Amino acid sequence: MAVTERTLTVGETAGAILCGAFALAAVIIAGLTHHAGYSFHMLVFAAAGAWGCFTIINRAFDGVGGIEPLEIDGKPNYNMAPVKFATVAAMFWGIAGFTVGLLIALQLAFPAFNLDLPWTNFGRMRPLHTSAVIFAFGGNVLLATSFYVVQKTSRARLAGNLSPWFVVLGYNLFIVIAGTGYLLGITQGKEYAEPEWYADLFLTIVWVTYLLVFLATLWRRKEPHIYVANWFYLGFIVTIAVLHLGNNAAIPVSILSPKSYIVWSGVQDAMFQWWYGHNAVGFFLTAGFLAIMYYFVPKRAERPVYSYRLSIVHFWSLIFLYIWAGPHHLHYTALPDWAQTLGMTFSIMLWMPSWGGMINGMLTLAGAWDKLRTDPVLRMMVVSLAFYGMSTFEGPLMSIKAVNSLSHYTDWTIGHVHSGALGWVGYISFGAIYCLVPWLWKKERLYSLKMVEWHFWVSTIGIVLYISAMWVSGIMQGLMWRAYTSLGFLEYSFVETTAAMHPYYVIRAMGGGLFLAGALIMAFNLWMTVRGHQRLEELQVGSPTIVPAE
Amino acid sequence: MAPDLEKPAVDAVTGTPTTGHEWDGIQELNTPLPRWWLWTLYLTIIWSVGYWIVYPAWPLISSHTTGILNYSSRAEVGEELAKLAALRNTQAAGLAHASLTEIKASPDLQRIALARGKAAFGDNCAPCHGGAATGAAGFPNLIDDDWVWGGKLDEIQKTILHGIRWEQNPETRVGNMPAFGRTGMLKREEIAQAVEHVRSIAGLDVDKTVDLAKGKEVFAANCASCHGEGGKGNQELGAPDLTDAIWLFGSSRQAMTEGLINGRGGIMPAWNGRLDPVTIKALTVYVHSLGGGQ
Repeated sequence: MAVTERTLTVGETAGAILCGAFALAAVIIAGLTHHAGYSFHMLVFAAAGAWGCFTIINRAFDGVGGIEPLEIDGKPNYNMAPVKFATVAAMFWGIAGFTVGLLIALQLAFPAFNLDLPWTNFGRMRPLHTSAVIFAFGGNVLLATSFYVVQKTSRARLAGNLSPWFVVLGYNLFIVIAGTGYLLGITQGKEYAEPEWYADLFLTIVWVTYLLVFLATLWRRKEPHIYVANWFYLGFIVTIAVLHLGNNAAIPVSILSPKSYIVWSGVQDAMFQWWYGHNAVGFFLTAGFLAIMYYFVPKRAERPVYSYRLSIVHFWSLIFLYIWAGPHHLHYTALPDWAQTLGMTFSIMLWMPSWGGMINGMLTLAGAWDKLRTDPVLRMMVVSLAFYGMSTFEGPLMSIKAVNSLSHYTDWTIGHVHSGALGWVGYISFGAIYCLVPWLWKKERLYSLKMVEWHFWVSTIGIVLYISAMWVSGIMQGLMWRAYTSLGFLEYSFVETTAAMHPYYVIRAMGGGLFLAGALIMAFNLWMTVRGHQRLEELQVGSPTIVPAE
Repeated sequence: MAPDLEKPAVDAVTGTPTTGHEWDGIQELNTPLPRWWLWTLYLTIIWSVGYWIVYPAWPLISSHTTGILNYSSRAEVGEELAKLAALRNTQAAGLAHASLTEIKASPDLQRIALARGKAAFGDNCAPCHGGAATGAAGFPNLIDDDWVWGGKLDEIQKTILHGIRWEQNPETRVGNMPAFGRTGMLKREEIAQAVEHVRSIAGLDVDKTVDLAKGKEVFAANCASCHGEGGKGNQELGAPDLTDAIWLFGSSRQAMTEGLINGRGGIMPAWNGRLDPVTIKALTVYVHSLGGGQ
């Protein structure tokens, strides 16, 4: 096909100018600052801006891109390239994040794994792990699935031509800045909100663009109603924007310094932090992934969603109640008692709204339960709902002050988080990606369902080892901390409680290793799928030769 | 096919009507809310309202609802601490008035002192001396009877109270192993000779090529003033016994040479003022009881 040059569109002109100006400003700051890490970050920004500017103009020279038609032959002209990018990024960051997780688990069991280097010590690797799995892996899964689902369920092309690319590329640039910042020691020290002010500002721009792309796509939908998955995606996008702005309100020391000071102080800062922290769980890891569940479970099971009414009631009750639950992270602290009470009671009331999603997902399988036997992808998603149900029961339980006085600051919390993170978020994401990859790359089926079976069982054993080790270790730790002798003295010194946890830390690392091994099997399977290979296996769900059970 | 809102389709498997909408092939059933789900939700709400009535819950303009129990977590922890302090003080009264030897002599007082001492040891001493008090290089083992500064009750107490080389405390224990090599007091060759002499009196393997007689002279002129003619040490100066098998910094040639070149002088903080006198008494009895008390 002959290459035909074309002129830049208005959007491309603006995009190229903004990218160029951004690159120029970043170069100037990089040259003026005295902080080596900050200078490095500005050079990364500059390189990204320059690349963006060049690529936009180059595409016009090559005659690609520009304003794509919304429909071709009366069918929506879906924009799936950004979805593909985010899917690959999710898998890449997932494996990176799980690997760092395994490393820090080993560091806790065997301190020699800290390597005696500042860049690799636990203090820097831990936020690298949490951010990599939550924001890099989870975030890219959410970007990929939300851009896919909103198009498919609206029968409309994704709004904007450059904007969706700016969202996925900009988000991943933020991830690079955040992650390298932790290694270089650049952090504002707020859990799950470690990136400094300039990374936060950049993310704000990316996120607002995300919201606008999502809303504009919904606006041009061809369906009379907005599908329930999109309510959850929208709830997630809007609330994360609000949380991000509230918790990261900070004043930079100077434009030439990475350091900033949070405007909140004392117990207000703690309250803001956990309002943010808990709703990162509630809206990022719950609402967002429930959206995934609402599309991929009925789609894979080929069954209607169990209850429309339940989806409405549990959606509104979930988002109304979740936002109050943060103070349960600050039980028995300087936070006033009344705020602790509200945090606890709203967490209890949240139990059923959370379970609404589990019920709606599980009972969608009515009439298709036999598929669990034959389809490991669907099984993965259903098991993820089981983990979701377990975690959202355990959460309210742990928010009860009497329980919390035992569980708080112990490994029980880590176990709770990982039953949600590995079991729920991990498995629903894996399930969605297993569905997405053949759809996106237009392959008839996955390379191998047997490998999905292996992934499922290896990871499930890993999760069970992980969470049961943390339950035992956490409850033991809590009991040892509070054990008094009859004479009124502490039974155990701190170092004795640490020594007692060692065997469980080893088991936990083994569990994490298995989970990582499962993800590596998955990555290989997907790679072979994309390359168009199909492993010869007896049974293949989704292959046209299979007749569904009567 | 256009969705028929008047007569929605019925799902064949469940017999439940759908809502009549369809998105990318996905339909929704119009199943009512599960009753148990709804009632459990109501129950949690009722329970929460009850909790709000009983406990502090809702913010007002300048205060908050206090609840009928008038509960305060600060008051609660205060009461618990007071109860604990009362329990400990009753026991402490006995310890406060008894001398160290009287505590040792009374099984009751000793039991209390050991309990209090063990807890205090775990929180304050274990980071250096280890949870089992077996020490580490530079931090003495406290379960043997080889004492640097004395293993009698009052000597242990003095060490805990005033520390070792703890400059802020005027009564701290002082005694320095000089840096013979670094300050030029001894030549490298003389250091090697002294090391071999010490190894010979300690029963360690000796390098036969080194002149032991010279080593003995160097030792007599430089080391004996603190460690004694025979190297038996002097607890008043904190000079360790060099003839036994216990070595604070290790018995390798390298460790001994390092000590002679750079000197040694570990520091232990003074606990007087940081811990109350009764706790220090209890710690003394506890450390004394670990195995090597004299």
